[in-house]
Formats: sequence, structure tokens, C-alpha cells
Amino acid sequence: MKFTWFNLMPWPYLPDDFREKHRSVWVDIPNTLYDPARGHHVYHTYLDQLEYAETLGFDGIGCNEHHQNGYGLMPSPNLIAASLARRTSRAAICVIGNSIAGYNPPIRVAEEFAMLDVISGGRLIAGFPVGTPMDTNFCYGQIPALTRDKYREAHDMIMQAWASEEPFAFDGKYNQLRWVNCWPKPIQKPHPPIYIPGGGSIETWDFCLDHDYNYSYLSFFGYLRGKSLMDGYWERVAKRGKDESPYRAAFAQIICVADTDAEAERLYAEHCLYFFNRCLHVFPPFADPAGYRTMATIKYGALAQLTLARQKILENLTWKQLVDERFIIAGSPETVRQQLEECIKGLRIGHLFGLFHTGDMPDWKTRHSSKLFAEQVMPHLKDLWPEWKHDERWWMHPMDDRLRPEERRPGAEKSGAEWKK
Amino acid sequence: MKAQIVETKKGTRCRVFEAGAGAPLVYLHGAGGLLGDNPFLDQLAQRYHVFAPEWPGYGESTGEDLLEDMLDFTLHGWDLIDALGLRQPHLIGHSMGGMIAAEMACLCPREVGKLVLVAPAGLWLDAHPIPDIFAMLPFQIAEALFVDPQAGQQLMTGGADLSDMEALKEFYITSQRRLTMAGKILFPIPNRRLSKRLYRLTAPTLLVWGAGDRLIVPAYARQWRALIPGAKLETIAGAGHMLPYEQPEAFVRAIGGFLG
Repeated sequence: MKFTWFNLMPWPYLPDDFREKHRSVWVDIPNTLYDPARGHHVYHTYLDQLEYAETLGFDGIGCNEHHQNGYGLMPSPNLIAASLARRTSRAAICVIGNSIAGYNPPIRVAEEFAMLDVISGGRLIAGFPVGTPMDTNFCYGQIPALTRDKYREAHDMIMQAWASEEPFAFDGKYNQLRWVNCWPKPIQKPHPPIYIPGGGSIETWDFCLDHDYNYSYLSFFGYLRGKSLMDGYWERVAKRGKDESPYRAAFAQIICVADTDAEAERLYAEHCLYFFNRCLHVFPPFADPAGYRTMATIKYGALAQLTLARQKILENLTWKQLVDERFIIAGSPETVRQQLEECIKGLRIGHLFGLFHTGDMPDWKTRHSSKLFAEQVMPHLKDLWPEWKHDERWWMHPMDDRLRPEERRPGAEKSGAEWKK
Repeated sequence: MKAQIVETKKGTRCRVFEAGAGAPLVYLHGAGGLLGDNPFLDQLAQRYHVFAPEWPGYGESTGEDLLEDMLDFTLHGWDLIDALGLRQPHLIGHSMGGMIAAEMACLCPREVGKLVLVAPAGLWLDAHPIPDIFAMLPFQIAEALFVDPQAGQQLMTGGADLSDMEALKEFYITSQRRLTMAGKILFPIPNRRLSKRLYRLTAPTLLVWGAGDRLIVPAYARQWRALIPGAKLETIAGAGHMLPYEQPEAFVRAIGGFLG
């Protein structure tokens, strides 16, 4: 198993009456709720936590991209990743990812990801989400019906740019560049591992399998609800005749660890409820513009996302519901270990994105939970897939002689002399 | 009205409703498509030879993947007219259909009889941002489209009982399919730079607006008139954006007075 410590970077100061006063945490959230001076401290706290996660022994540290979003302060995850690349040296840096249909031109992503891979010494995991409709359509203005087509074209440009050893012309429907010439190029060959985060569009499965990319199911609703979707994915894997390596798949899960189950509730309940009751308060039409999901997916998913039922589930959630229905995995190390094993085996995943900071959780609780997990849970789950132990196809391949922050000398005495010669 | 399936040279297959006799008149529907009952078309058919095509993605018409941008949409309009064998028809377009009809007339000004634009989309005024129809709950759509939203909701759903899951699913899939198509020329801002082509219009032009239009407010009528010198404007009381359905008699009277 590979464990990645992930932070969505929520804004922790949404008011108590946020739900009543505002229709959406995303797209048209009033930006008067954002306070840049507080934001300064928030960014540094979150970045420190990601660096701390590396010292705890997590395999990866992760960030993602959202726009105009009260639970995501990373419109540019690459800026966060750049900061982490300088301050860490062991963990994979998982950027899950850049919503490439919204980048103009997409060669920018090939360049920035290459920079990150080079700066980090080959530790980049590159995510290419289609992007949520909130981000890609409503905030970044892409036409829903053409988003997937534009996404595929952007993907093709980036992959060709990384593979090609000479300048080439790219005559796309959405992007025309006479001179594509990626400079710099990534360290990892033929390219960094590619992860495709998906919500539940069935087209995404085939796209992952066509290219042998990792499929990452990013849900906040836990493994019980994720099961039928992941079963669908694995059926597709079998049908396509691919091997069943669990490393083909990743899942995101909110995790809270305390000394006892009761202590977990006492420490974390308010912060988890902040997340579910405020941060997920999205105006439903923003989540489902016509054309974003294909007719095939709509028919497959029937009414799952259609009604306000999903929104209703989120109203007045209690800690008991969150725990009993496994939206979150919370409790003593033993409880968390048992439930997470069920999650990992049930979904057949080799990669777990653990969300340890949730909602408006203070720094000390975040670190407490992460530390307990790293020391008392993670070691017991590392070897859940012994038969796939050596499968490194979806993990980073860094340089051995990469620079480490503790070896670098930002001071004067040996600055730069070595590379000059 | 009788219906036929017409195949265009490009390969779309469109259902076209047809009735009446006299001068040919092509009616292009808005983003919501033709509703179950379209009494104004029956009334127009008493004086004209009415053709009402359904756009790919609407009703039984297919081939939506063949149309991606404004030029595709515009050429499709002419492809349909060619497939129907019509010469210089009058063009009437409502809302999105008005945007398409205006583009068609800009592209081939001499092929149009007279042009009627009914609360057309296609322009944008910063002072009057058009509400985002892609980010609305069903009841909000009815409020934006009709002076009487309750009656409007009935018209839009054809009276279907949306508390029935199957009926709701059917309604949802149908409207998603329509707006998927409409989004190609209306999302995120319904402005594909038509204003810089309007100078090419030569056909006599009538603008018809609902006095109570909350979606494309009557300020837009003034902008259209400013861009099309000589265009006439008829404003219909007691109607919103869906004026052909809200005030069919007054609507047909205005058109008859203009087309002759």
C-alpha cells in the first residue's frame, strides 16, 4: 500500500450561518468571506502539515486544484507543489491534478509539471482531471458538451510534448501551436506516473485503461458508497483483459485517529461536521450543467445526482451518521485499522489519499491524528497486497542522487560552486 | 401538423413539422425546444406554409455531434432549407433560434424573405447580464421565462407529474440533451460576436419582445434596433420571454402585420 497525506486546504473561517445565508460554497461564494491576512497563516499552517507528513513516513503528499471554492484554497496546485518540492526530499508529490481542459495552451501544464519533476528530483505524480463542472465550466468558462473533447486534446498535446525529442506542430481543434518543444523535460521516463481522478464518468475508466493510467476515485462519501462504482471499474478492467493490480486504483478517504473511539468524537466531530455541513454546500445546478456528463453516464447513473436527495443527505448530518455510514473512518487506531482494511480490500485499491485535515480542524489535532495513524495504523496496512509488492508502475521513480533540503546550503559558504565547474 | 424526417447533406436527421400553404416560413425554436402544443404555429399555418424543424439534440432529431460551433449551427440552418427545397423563406427565430436566424441572414442576406427575431439571444450588455440558464433549478427557469411561472412550468413539463420518478427521469434526460446542444452556442455567455456581422442584413426585420421578459430584458430590443437600422419593434404586453406561448394571438397578429 502507498499512503498519501492529502490536504484540500479548506477555508476554516466560514461563518456558522453560511448555509442559511449563501447558496453555494463554490463558484459564487462571496469573496468578502476571504481574509488575506488570515490566509497568510492558513497557507503556512497547511504547508507545514504537508512537510510534517513526510517526516511521519507517508509515501506521498498531495494537493489538488479548485477554483472559487470555500474548501479549496489551491487554484494553482503547482505553486503548492513547488514549495513542497524545495522543502521535502522523500515523499512523492502528488498533484491530483491540473484540470487540463481549462489551460490555454495546455503546453503550460507539460512545462510546469516538468519543472516540478526536475526540482523534486523525479518525485512528481501527475494528475489530469477533467475537472469538476464548477471549476472547468462555471469558473473557467469551458463549454460543457465540448469539455471532454478538449480534455483529450490537451492530454494528447502534453504527452506528445513529453515524448517528442524534436519540435513539432500541433494542429488541434482547440489548440494550434506551430512549435511545440517542451523545455525543460521531466526526469521520469517516459513520463511521470499519470493519475486520472474521476467522480463517476464511465468514459474515464476506458481512458485510464487505454493508457494504463491510475484511476483515482475522489469521493467524500466513503467506501460503502464508493463500492458499486469501484466494482464497475474492476469489471471494466477484467473485460479489457488488464491485470488486476490494485495499484491501478486510488481512493480518497477522510480519516481521524484518536486514542479511543469516544475521544475521536470529542476531538474531531465539530470539524468533520463543519466540512460536511458547510464546505459541501454546493448549489446543485453548478454540479450538473447539461453536457458535462455524457448521455451514457447519465443513463448509467440514472438519478443518482439528479434530485436534491444527495443534498438532503448532507443536511443536519451527525457524527454518528458520518461514522456509521463510513463517510469518514474515525476512532481508535484499532477501529481505523479494521475499517480501513475493509475499505482497501473492498475497493481493491493500492493507493490511499488520506484526508487528515478536515474542515476547520486546528493544527495540533491534525498532527495528533496523523501521527497516531503513521505510528499505529499505517505499519499494519503496508503489506495488504503482498502478491503485487513489486508493482511500481504507478509510483514515482526519483533520481538517487537528488538534492535534499538538509544537504542544500542556502547560505553563502558553498553557494553554487559545484554546478559551475 | 404533419411531421417528416429530413436528412441534410451533412448527415443530420431532423424532424420537421409542416402545415399550411402560401409563402414559406421557417420557425426556429429556442433552447427549450418546441413544446407539446404550439398553437401559434397552427395559427400561422392558416396564412403561410409553415416549417418548424427540431434542431439536432431536440425531439427526434439526431446528429448533434456534427454541430459544434456557431458556424456549424448557421450552416445547418441553410442545409435544412436546402433539404426542404425552399427558396427565400421568411425566417422566424425565437431566443436561441433568433440568434441562429440572425446569423443565417448575415451569412446569406439575399436568401431570406423577411426576418422576424423573437426575443433573440446573441447580444450581451454588461449593464444587463442575462441570467445563467445553465445554473438554474427548474422552478427558477420557469420564473425567468414566463410572466406566470406556475402556468409556465405546466407548459414546460407538458403537465407531467414530476413527483413520479420515471416521469422526472424522462424530463431530466430530455432537457439535459437539449441544453447540451444549446450550450455549444450559449455557454458561458450567449454572445458569439454576432453584433459585428449584423451590418450585412438586408431583409426587412421585425423584432418582437415580451414586455415582461426577465431573461433577455427589453433593453436588448433597443440594442438590436440600434444595430439593425430600419428594424421594427413590436412589444407584447402580458408576456415574458416565452411570448409565442404566453400570448399566441398577439404574437401571430404582430407577425401577420409585418409579413403581410
